[in-house]
Amino acid sequence: MSGRKSESRSPSGPRRLRPERTLPLAPLPAPARAEKALPDPSDWTFDLIEEYHEKIRAVAQRFALDTYANQLEVITAEQMMDAYASVGMPVNYRHWSYGKEFIANERSYRRGQMGLAYEIVINSDPCISYLMEENTTAMQALVIAHAAYGHNSFFKGNYLFRLWTDASSIIDYLVYARNYIAECEDKHGMTAVEDILDSSHALQNYGVDRYHRPSKLSLAEELARRTERQEYAQTQVNDIWRTLPRRPDRPGEAADLKRFPSEPQENILYFIEKNAPLLEPWQREVVRIVRKIAQYFYPQRQTQVMNEGWATFWHHQLLNTLYDEGHLTDGVMIEWLKSHTNVVFQPPVGHPAYSGLNPYALGFAMYTDVRRICENPTDEDREWFPQIAGTPWLPALHHAMRNFKDESFIGQYLSPKVIRDLRLFAIVDDEHDEHLRVSAIHDTAGYRHVREALSRQYDLGSREPDIQVWSVNLRGDRSLTLRHTRHNNRPLHDGAQEVLKHVARLWGFGVNLESVDSFGDVTTHWSITASELAQI
Amino acid sequence: MLQQIIDRRLAGKNKSIGNRERFLRRYQGQVREAVRKAVDQRGIRDIEQGEDIHLPKRDISEPSFSHGSGGAREIVHPGNREYVRGDHIERPQGGSGRGSGQGQAGDSGEGEDDFVFHLTKEEFMQIFFDDLALPRMTRTQLAEMPEMKSHRAGYSNSGTPSNLSVIRSMRGAIGRRVAIGSGSRADLAALEEQLQLLPAGSTEPAEVLARKALELEIAALRARLARIPYLDPIDLRFRNRVRLPVPTAKAVMFCLMDVSGSMDEARKDLSKRFFILLYLFLTRHYEKIDLVFIRHHTQAQEVDEENFFRARETGGTVVSSALVLMDEIIRERYSATEWNIYGAQASDGDNWHHDSGRCRELLTESLLPRCRYFAYVQVAEEEQNLWEEYARLQAVESHFAMRKVTQAAQIYPVFRDLFKSDRVAA
Repeated sequence: MSGRKSESRSPSGPRRLRPERTLPLAPLPAPARAEKALPDPSDWTFDLIEEYHEKIRAVAQRFALDTYANQLEVITAEQMMDAYASVGMPVNYRHWSYGKEFIANERSYRRGQMGLAYEIVINSDPCISYLMEENTTAMQALVIAHAAYGHNSFFKGNYLFRLWTDASSIIDYLVYARNYIAECEDKHGMTAVEDILDSSHALQNYGVDRYHRPSKLSLAEELARRTERQEYAQTQVNDIWRTLPRRPDRPGEAADLKRFPSEPQENILYFIEKNAPLLEPWQREVVRIVRKIAQYFYPQRQTQVMNEGWATFWHHQLLNTLYDEGHLTDGVMIEWLKSHTNVVFQPPVGHPAYSGLNPYALGFAMYTDVRRICENPTDEDREWFPQIAGTPWLPALHHAMRNFKDESFIGQYLSPKVIRDLRLFAIVDDEHDEHLRVSAIHDTAGYRHVREALSRQYDLGSREPDIQVWSVNLRGDRSLTLRHTRHNNRPLHDGAQEVLKHVARLWGFGVNLESVDSFGDVTTHWSITASELAQI
Repeated sequence: MLQQIIDRRLAGKNKSIGNRERFLRRYQGQVREAVRKAVDQRGIRDIEQGEDIHLPKRDISEPSFSHGSGGAREIVHPGNREYVRGDHIERPQGGSGRGSGQGQAGDSGEGEDDFVFHLTKEEFMQIFFDDLALPRMTRTQLAEMPEMKSHRAGYSNSGTPSNLSVIRSMRGAIGRRVAIGSGSRADLAALEEQLQLLPAGSTEPAEVLARKALELEIAALRARLARIPYLDPIDLRFRNRVRLPVPTAKAVMFCLMDVSGSMDEARKDLSKRFFILLYLFLTRHYEKIDLVFIRHHTQAQEVDEENFFRARETGGTVVSSALVLMDEIIRERYSATEWNIYGAQASDGDNWHHDSGRCRELLTESLLPRCRYFAYVQVAEEEQNLWEEYARLQAVESHFAMRKVTQAAQIYPVFRDLFKSDRVAA
């Protein structure tokens, strides 16, 4: 990574990380058993939700779940589908792809092919959780425990979220984005805006900073800085493209030719936003909006198993505790347990419903097992997890939630028992072999291998092709070259040519994409020439 | 901790409507094509419905960089039953280790690769009207519901204060007061009677006590009776009004079409749109509409809609045969005093040349006096004698309209007068 102009990054020296909070040692003691359980009519009322919430909050506090303030919002099924369509956010800019999403969801919902999620929770401060109107009282209790305390504490506690997202400003930013895009549509026409959005969306997974921390800006600052930024960016672009007069005493121009960018750039959208020669200032801003929102979702994509597992573990824990203390009736228990069982169901491979590992099932199993290892360790656990076996479970669990992402969490905590319980096995698919080969199963020889393989499977770096900005032909046709570095010799999907069209549209000149194998040789080459660009 | 529950249920749904519009806009070419096909296949009466639109999935996919098949990968699966390390497994179909079957592209029907969505009735009509180039005013006129009038419909227990029926409410209140108080009043009467029976002014302690007790009881009963509200919210009755469509008279629409060999599919399609537009106009104004389909070549025949648009004959053309048949049908079934008669005729203008004059005579003498409106479209450019004869009519008859139409957008002007006059009246 090269040193970027830190245009929007705070000039105030070293970044401040929030001080690490101390880990809770043990749950606070339980109060006396309740005399009477909470009422459990199937129809909820606002008072009832508040009562349940209060009880759940009290228990969550005893388990030291530190959360953002909660804002529960009751919505209808249709509103839930609206929220689905705009990637779960309460506001978002308008784009046809969200319309497509909405239409698809609505259709399968109306036909009864799809149940709606019981909840959507938004990583914001206050943390917004949607409760669906159709839910029964028991389901609302489940959703509150799951979303408002499980997910919420994860958003606040996990290091990726703490590092990469700013819960307090996201809603403001989305409002800003929505208004800005609408403004652009008015000024420049819907088609022009749609083109830029389409192209930026195609690259949104490549619009993420993996190592820099994004700045935090309030809406007002964002607005104030926009104009400044646009002017500045435009002068920067011109600077790069300025053709310097040749000095007569230096004919050897080629030797002087500097490589640009001086190092490969992984954030393609950022590179385009800053360097694409022909983009208008407003187009750069649109690219930036897509990039910023992609960045906000980046931690979520890396913590699926952890996040869902954590929320599932806690709704299970909180509601069971409430039951043990006499707050919940049997009816409520049966109802949420049924739903819980469905959520953590893991169909085995070959089952008609099988579509990969269920993050709820895996995460729930792993957190539950961490607790078991702490409380009732076996000899095997003492050998595998000497640092946590037999220690208090609450700090161990909080530690596991705060300091990992899926990849490292699995690498660290996937125990032989979970591997046995889920009967995990690894299959190698190599194009050079005629058959698939089973490389490890749930036995002593295989535990470590399975764990490593699964950990790699959740590594975003290996799930998504590694494509970076390689070079720009500054003196010639201004074409941009991207480079794909093959991982395990896996080629790119044929759709790459389509994506390249979008890159070319943003860049404004010809674009090349090279696929490089492990020996550093270019094996495949795609390109959009300037003349083809004119037809896009 | 700050915590709040917000009820968003009334905060408006359809937040995605803007996204849906953008989606439709992006695929307007395909959507328009689908609407055109649907209009083609539907009956005139079924025109106002939504439609399922199929789009091939590859057309609407959003590209992104991803791994293709090939290379080496290791995938962990759950639920191992029989495998041990080193086992070899047949590669499943589709080449990928995941074994998820790749969908095959379907070219028709609801194939796996089709993205299907439902165009609402409103959206469908919007696109249909776009095609016909209808002016906006006319669109709203066609899209709006028939005129409604409110009628009295008894009483209800909810409503606006202005609809409060005082008499009904008071009557209810009296009934309630009587009913609720009857038990207490009977008790009160009994107790008062007992009190009367007690000797007045007695100083006997037992009698004084008894009198005291009775008086207390009576006071309690009186208090209870006094607590019965004079008027209670449940007594309120409101005049109820319902909105009913204004009943209008019946109409019959005659569709006349030339089905001789020169009328090809494209011309028939234009004619169909012409009939649909008139039908839509009529549905806004009449509750009951009969459709009569008359097709003709040298002879005219009354047929059902299916045969009207599908069948194709060869041979010459005698237009007057259709007009004669229409006249006969009117005499038999649709007396002009009871029915509003509309005529719509489509042809390519080809006619046996001696017949055209007779057509004009038939129209002026027997048909036009009985019709509310008669419209003629010629779906071919060439002007022949039928056109010339009709052109003479147009000059003198105000409720006769004619037009040459070679594209759907040219149909509307035929009805311009019809819609205009209606607007003035409305």
